[in-house]
Amino acid sequence: MNAPTDSGASGSMRLVLTLAIAGLVSGIAIIGIYESTLPTITANKARELREAVFKVLPGVSQMQALVYRDGELVAVDRPDKDEPVVYGGYDEHSAFVGYAMPGAGPGFQDTIALLYGYRPDEKNVVGMEILESRETPGLGDKIYKDAVFVSGFSALSVEPEIVAVKKGTKSRPNEIDAITGATISSKAVVRIINETHADWSAQLPEPGSEPRLEATETAGTEADQ
Amino acid sequence: MKKTDPDLLLFHAPLLRQGMTTPKAMRDVLYALAPATAASMWFFGLSAALILGACIAGAVMAEWLFASQEARGESLRDASGILTGLLLGLTLPPGLPLWMAFLGGFVGIALGKVIWGGLGHNLFNPALLGRAFLLATFPIAMTTWVPAVSDGGFFQVYAGNLALPFMQAPVDGVTAATPLGMMKFEQEVTPLTNLMFGKISGSLGETSGLLLLLGGVYLWLRRDLDWRIPASILLSVLIFSAILSLVDAVRFPSPLFSVFSGGLLLGAIYMATDPVTSPVTPRGAWIFGIGVGVLVMLIRVFGGLPEGVMYAILLMNAATPLIDRYTQPRVFGRGTDSK
Amino acid sequence: MKKNEFHEEFIKGIWRDNPVFVQVLGMCPMLAVTNSAINAIAMGMATFFVLVGSSFLVSTFRHLIPKQVRISCFIIIIATFVTIADYTLLALVPAVHKELGAFIPLIVANCLILGRQEAFASRYPTKLAVMDAMGMASGFLLALLSLGSVREILGDGALFGMKLFGENFEPWVIMILPPGGFLTLGVILLFFNWFRLKKDEFLEDVAAAERGGN
Repeated sequence: MNAPTDSGASGSMRLVLTLAIAGLVSGIAIIGIYESTLPTITANKARELREAVFKVLPGVSQMQALVYRDGELVAVDRPDKDEPVVYGGYDEHSAFVGYAMPGAGPGFQDTIALLYGYRPDEKNVVGMEILESRETPGLGDKIYKDAVFVSGFSALSVEPEIVAVKKGTKSRPNEIDAITGATISSKAVVRIINETHADWSAQLPEPGSEPRLEATETAGTEADQ
Repeated sequence: MKKTDPDLLLFHAPLLRQGMTTPKAMRDVLYALAPATAASMWFFGLSAALILGACIAGAVMAEWLFASQEARGESLRDASGILTGLLLGLTLPPGLPLWMAFLGGFVGIALGKVIWGGLGHNLFNPALLGRAFLLATFPIAMTTWVPAVSDGGFFQVYAGNLALPFMQAPVDGVTAATPLGMMKFEQEVTPLTNLMFGKISGSLGETSGLLLLLGGVYLWLRRDLDWRIPASILLSVLIFSAILSLVDAVRFPSPLFSVFSGGLLLGAIYMATDPVTSPVTPRGAWIFGIGVGVLVMLIRVFGGLPEGVMYAILLMNAATPLIDRYTQPRVFGRGTDSK
Repeated sequence: MKKNEFHEEFIKGIWRDNPVFVQVLGMCPMLAVTNSAINAIAMGMATFFVLVGSSFLVSTFRHLIPKQVRISCFIIIIATFVTIADYTLLALVPAVHKELGAFIPLIVANCLILGRQEAFASRYPTKLAVMDAMGMASGFLLALLSLGSVREILGDGALFGMKLFGENFEPWVIMILPPGGFLTLGVILLFFNWFRLKKDEFLEDVAAAERGGN
């Protein structure tokens, strides 16, 4: 009990001390938990990303992050915060296969974030995975639950740009069947891919001159296999 | 315990016996809806009767279940439950599973009326609340429209109607977009004569514009309806869409198309005029009607949905107490500030 | 300290003083994360950990914490436990953490937790405070779980991700969306109050009958 007889000065000293000690202990506890969980959290995130990249780029078993600096695409270990990044996918002989391009844009309810695989030699989208979305359950969420819609992105031409058409009327290589009842969400996915492609198309090098896989990056991945 | 002595009746003034009572008014609306109901059965066959029946059963069931022992007979006799069920049924797509229709009627009464304290205390139109619940709960089934029956005749029932409770409707091969849907997503205009006589796909009761108007005229003659509300809704829709079609006649629908398509007539004549959920003052009625009309057009033209009558009316229902408060006539003998 | 006193502190949180159904506290997580039973359990466990941990500390140090800064101290303690829970969930079950999102850090703002510190833990001995915290947290967990189960069963036809009604079940989409949380909570509160009303009536009748009998 804090006695009411405490003199003013020592009373406020006590308040300050209590708070300082509580803050100190709390700070130590938080640093402790942060440091001890950080490796697992980083590893989880990296694994998630690798899995997504390998999913949208069939035949890929190694990857590295690529950023556009000083007029060319260069491989980096860790991209700067907020720097646009694409992921280069390479097969087991370290030969370039395609890019995994992250894109984001407004959906029906909230931002949709996705990753799609792009092969510059064929000018084709070869896979698409939704990373984040809050579309309406039962309707809009079909953009990742509807296997037919998702598989529509496994061979889709991006030039001229992709067009979402009414279900069952796909007739050209750059057309995809929209989901019945979720036209807005399907069109949002298509628009995100088109915009991302337009943003990057000038910055990607000619097919055949993509950045090589850097040895430092592969050491770890090959050890895994 | 309440005791009633049949020989001793105590009333407070006024002691005038008036012809107009709640059950009577409700029954008038039922009569006015009869032609449109008959038309829905003509266009959609037995399915229409089944859906309307399921809605009414759900509504009456909720009335009966949640009424206290003494009030049970009373709340059933005033026919408001039946009216809610019928109105809800007329706004539903013909191929809807019957269990959903029943649920809609039940929820409409339970959440739209009983929970507020019964008839006269509800803020929102119960039928529209039931429909809003169904639309949010079963968005696919509620937006799957089937064409009017053609050759199967009266006894043909849509496969979707007979889905087991809690189960999906089987995928029916034949679907048809509503005129508003075609306008919004494919820029295709339906001829006006089809809109007036009902040879279109749509919900049960909204297809035949002329019969709905006919019922409205009957209600107006019987003094059951505040003519200002439908008039101001239809006028504001006409004016709004006339301006829009002057701007771009291809992208925006013509004024008559706007009035006769979708649930506008049904909503304007039978739902927005619900005396409980619309303003009582004449000036309030005008404000209410214009609000509904403008909201309908805003949702139809600029919103993501093809139809907006339901949300427009529900939104203006919510604004009704406020409108009533600000349009109260000045008390005689007082100054302009009524405080 | 008698044995049944401990019992009493535990039981009251689950039923008589249930934080959700009776005190109507902690509505934000209650409505936000109960769209499936598994999310409800994760949220309930995190809250359980935070509430029991902070009640233990607050009650243990209750004589050392000056009255003037008690709220700040409580919040520091609660926030520390919340941060620990946050990072632990992120490391162990990233999928669940993604679903719960911002609502884990928001446990710190759950009035149930601060309320128990102020009303109970800072006034009673540690053992009682921990019993009380466990009771309240279990009551909260149960409430979350009942809401989450109802919403998952109706909204997805499943419980803990297992399909209950086969492939053709028509999901009630509204139940997974926020309005479904409000509707379900309202209906559950309705039944809870109706039940209590009936119980009170019954007890009154019994008392009247006994008086009449004498």
